[in-house]
Amino acid sequence: MYVAAVFLPLLGAIIAGLFGRALGDRGSQFVTCLAVGVAAVMGGLILSSIGFGGRTVTIHLAEWIHSGSLDLAWSLRYDTLTAVMVMVVTSVSFMVHVYAIGYMHHDPAVPRFMSYLSLFTFFMLMLVTSGNLVQMFFGWEGVGLSSYLLIGFWNERPSANAAAIKAFLVNRVGDFGFALGIFGVFYVFGSVNFDTVFAAAPAHANDTARFFGHDFHAMTILCLLLFVGAMGKSAQLGLHTWLPDAMEGPTPVSALIHAATMVTAGVFMVARMSPLFELSETALAVVTVVGASTAFFAATIGCVQNDIKRVIAYSTCSQLGYMFFALGVSAYQAAIFHLMTHAFFKSLLFLGAGSVIHAMSGEQDMRRMGGLASRIKLTYAMMTIGSLALAGIPFFAGYYSKDIILEAAFGAHSDVGRFGFAMGIAAAFMTAFYSWRLLFMTFHGQPRADEKVMAHVHESPAVMTVPLILLSVGAVFSGFIGYEVFVGHGMEAFWRDAIVTLKSHGALEAAHHSPLWVKLAPLVVGVVGIGLAYLMYLSAPGIPRVLAGAFSGLHRFLLNKWYFDELYDALFVRPSFALGRGLWKGGDGAVIDGCGPDGVAAAARGVARRMGRIQTGFVTHYAFAMIVGVAVFVTWYMIFHLR
Amino acid sequence: MTDWPLLSLVTFLPLVGAAFILTIRGDEDVVARNARNVAFLTTCATFALSLSLWVNFDPGTASFQFVEKTLWLPGLGVSYHMGVDGISLLFVLLSTFLTPLCILASWQSIKVRVKEYMVSFLVLETMMVGMFCALDLVAFYMFFEGVLIPMFIIIGVWGGPRRVYAAFKFFLYTLLGSVLMLLAMMAMYFAAGGTTDIPTLMAFRFDPAMQMWLWLAFFASFAVKVPMWPVHTWLPDAHVEAPTAGSVILAGVLLKMGAYGFIRFSVPMFPEATVYFTPFVYTLSVVAVIYTSLVALAQEDMKKLIAYSSVAHMGFVTIGIFALTQQSVEGALFQMLSHGVVSGALFLCVGVVYDRMHTREIGAYGGLVNRMPVYALVFMVFTLGSVGLPGTSGFIGEFLVLLGVFQVNSWVALFAASGVILGAAYMLYLYRRVIFGKLEKPELKSILDLSGREIAVFTPLIAMVLWMGIYPAPFLNVFHTSVSALIEKHEVARAAVHAVALAAQ
Repeated sequence: MYVAAVFLPLLGAIIAGLFGRALGDRGSQFVTCLAVGVAAVMGGLILSSIGFGGRTVTIHLAEWIHSGSLDLAWSLRYDTLTAVMVMVVTSVSFMVHVYAIGYMHHDPAVPRFMSYLSLFTFFMLMLVTSGNLVQMFFGWEGVGLSSYLLIGFWNERPSANAAAIKAFLVNRVGDFGFALGIFGVFYVFGSVNFDTVFAAAPAHANDTARFFGHDFHAMTILCLLLFVGAMGKSAQLGLHTWLPDAMEGPTPVSALIHAATMVTAGVFMVARMSPLFELSETALAVVTVVGASTAFFAATIGCVQNDIKRVIAYSTCSQLGYMFFALGVSAYQAAIFHLMTHAFFKSLLFLGAGSVIHAMSGEQDMRRMGGLASRIKLTYAMMTIGSLALAGIPFFAGYYSKDIILEAAFGAHSDVGRFGFAMGIAAAFMTAFYSWRLLFMTFHGQPRADEKVMAHVHESPAVMTVPLILLSVGAVFSGFIGYEVFVGHGMEAFWRDAIVTLKSHGALEAAHHSPLWVKLAPLVVGVVGIGLAYLMYLSAPGIPRVLAGAFSGLHRFLLNKWYFDELYDALFVRPSFALGRGLWKGGDGAVIDGCGPDGVAAAARGVARRMGRIQTGFVTHYAFAMIVGVAVFVTWYMIFHLR
Repeated sequence: MTDWPLLSLVTFLPLVGAAFILTIRGDEDVVARNARNVAFLTTCATFALSLSLWVNFDPGTASFQFVEKTLWLPGLGVSYHMGVDGISLLFVLLSTFLTPLCILASWQSIKVRVKEYMVSFLVLETMMVGMFCALDLVAFYMFFEGVLIPMFIIIGVWGGPRRVYAAFKFFLYTLLGSVLMLLAMMAMYFAAGGTTDIPTLMAFRFDPAMQMWLWLAFFASFAVKVPMWPVHTWLPDAHVEAPTAGSVILAGVLLKMGAYGFIRFSVPMFPEATVYFTPFVYTLSVVAVIYTSLVALAQEDMKKLIAYSSVAHMGFVTIGIFALTQQSVEGALFQMLSHGVVSGALFLCVGVVYDRMHTREIGAYGGLVNRMPVYALVFMVFTLGSVGLPGTSGFIGEFLVLLGVFQVNSWVALFAASGVILGAAYMLYLYRRVIFGKLEKPELKSILDLSGREIAVFTPLIAMVLWMGIYPAPFLNVFHTSVSALIEKHEVARAAVHAVALAAQ
């Protein structure tokens, strides 16, 4: 079961990928859905036996890299953290697989799409079940590859190709940090296997390591390097630019990869490495600040975007920020709890948005939507549930997980914790605002699309709506059900040693005793946000334009996503190409070849030509040269030997 | 089996095939067909024979195996001495593995002087294999230089429009280095008391001052072959003008000769000089990785792009060799094998479209995935191999090199690792321009996907890339003992250098 859950999706991907043409669309859909469906059932069973049954399982598959003291194996390591991730990944993946049957039915390349989705699922499972950092890196880069393939799935669109490359490269920048982190871990611990490293971690708590000419606190530098990887994968501030562009991919992809699973890999990784992160206050503080800033920053952008998928993408970015500052205050359990609830309600939102786009014949701009509520009632209901969960309205999933994060940040009683709390509250306000802005612009008011599109609006088929309904069940109940075991009284028995927290880091404990106003604040700002959205987009729709006019600079700044893309383009992309061209023509062409082979050849040819000119063929010239030569020789002889 | 002179058989079997081809007479078609068949069968047989080397190889010892030794020039102390250890064994296999694929890849693209072409390839194989097996300086030098001759002819006769310029540039660059190496070899011969035996020389301790000169002289030759920056400019030209199979061998095997030379000669024979020059090699390698990656980004010719990427990848190899940790040296050796397979395959990929469209301009392509889905998949696998995605062969080598060098010098690891980002950039950018997008160019509208023969060429290469990436143990196991012996010996020398430095203070 433990092995099959991981490898069934791979099998499905290979069958659909290589024999897709023979199987046909139906066959490929059946094979991949079956494989992932079985994996999802196993995912549930695994969670019950590992998480609730109190077991840990390690399965050795094969030797991988063995060199000197480096000994890596292909293995599957299940503890509670892994089991939660496996459950989330397989269940959301199964929903998305089924949904994709309906969403992609027009597409000419269905087998390829299904194959990529399953391949992604396999890599993601390899990532979370890894027993060492390098196999994790295998899954890490593998999900990056699948993401690249799926973002660029419609490869005739230049924008999709550009977005795909951007996603891969920005992730590579993160992976660069991750890889250096792995090397560092090997340097300090002499191993990269989790069990060995975690067991040895406390003994190395005060080590210093000399990297890059400086003496660093070993755990701090290791954690910061690893965190760079997490930032890339989870689209944190600075390395977030690829995520909004990734929306070029088909919507099921956005739901699975860019909301529910892959982008949370960074959160998972930090939680996995908690025994190391716990030993470095600096690294934890950095994680908190970066997470809190991202939560705030992405929410500001989300408030002004007009593309329905981009709004949700920035929302994802912002929610990931929440998870990170939860990690930063050592509330790992809360972060994973939010990861799980978020996976359900965010994939619900994305798939709902996909249903809207499907209904609108491919339109994604909310300015050309409106008035859809009565036409696609079920989708509307599902989107509302998703938004309620996202905004943290009581008794929906997001309420439990987001509140515990904010309370933990408050309960950390540190400056960075308070910063996280403040940013989190501000972001919670904006989250509610943009969620309802999205709902109002899409479903309420007058239809702004043209007649032809509106006439075509239709509810999606059952194969798409059933996954929505199932996910909405998760979005409603997962918070309520999971609260006790994830972050409540059942916490110790559930997590056991999957997550390590120092005694002195009691934020999560303190969260349960936070003052009433802290508990109420997220709800209050959420309701105010909804009210503001109602005011601006339903009762007085003129306000946004007036505001945008009054604060045109700020509006443009937000609309252009804080100009990150332009900045990076000017700083990295253009200079690289210019430098490349310059080094090629100037360095290789002019300097190296000019002074080297071509220059020598030209010089030799020049000398030869001049020498050739002397060879005139007239005897008199030669005779003259001989006489001159003899004269010189005799003179020289006389001068130097007569003395 | 062990009584047979296996190494000599593997080395000279291709020559037998070549002699056989020379006897073929008849009209042109018949000669061409027979030459192809004979060459293919010979190289396949050679590969099969070389596999028995791997099977019978004992990975538990660092000493040379399958040794053959007979006196050759008794008065001079020169003998015909062959043998392989864990370092050279797999390069013999790499050569014998790639050559049949090259013959197969040239099946239709070479139409003139087929007989001579096949003979050149067979001679080339003999020289390559001999180079990796030779345990005597004289034999080594002959094979090492002998490789140039068939390659010079292959580029100069069957190459592109600027083939003569490229062939001469290639020849002069490599010869210049070799002359210095020859001088150094003579100096070693006299210093070591009249022996050219490589194992003996490895055990001999040269005077440290002399080591510096010897090291530099060998470096001149090997650095050109690797090629290291700044003596790499022959490579793009040679690749662009060479026929596809020539590029494959050039990238796949010839580039490995320089790095092999470093491991076989520079490191074990001149340990003090190696310690002294290591920062110098680091610098050149890091520059190579970043500089050529940037240059690759700007290329408009597919072959040139891959040629520049080769320089960058070989930069990892030289870093790994000179970092001299168990992981880094094994990583460097693995990267050499992997690069041999991956870059060879990438040149074959270029050859596929070149055979159809007769241009290597990236701008002339676009949207090929619509007409050539199988080709797109194959190209993707090797692109990922080149990018070093975990699960492909490229990852293991790069990872081990970087892991190893990080333990010794984290700066070098930092800069070299940035090459991994750039590597992804230029390869994916290439892939996007060639494969993705709309198929708009009219002349591409009727382009055909891979033929059965081409699939037969690529299948073993794909299998290798995945096998080496997922289960590299059979390859790494061959390295272990020889590499640790090399490093142990080096550690002793390094300790001696430190002791001298301390005493001087």
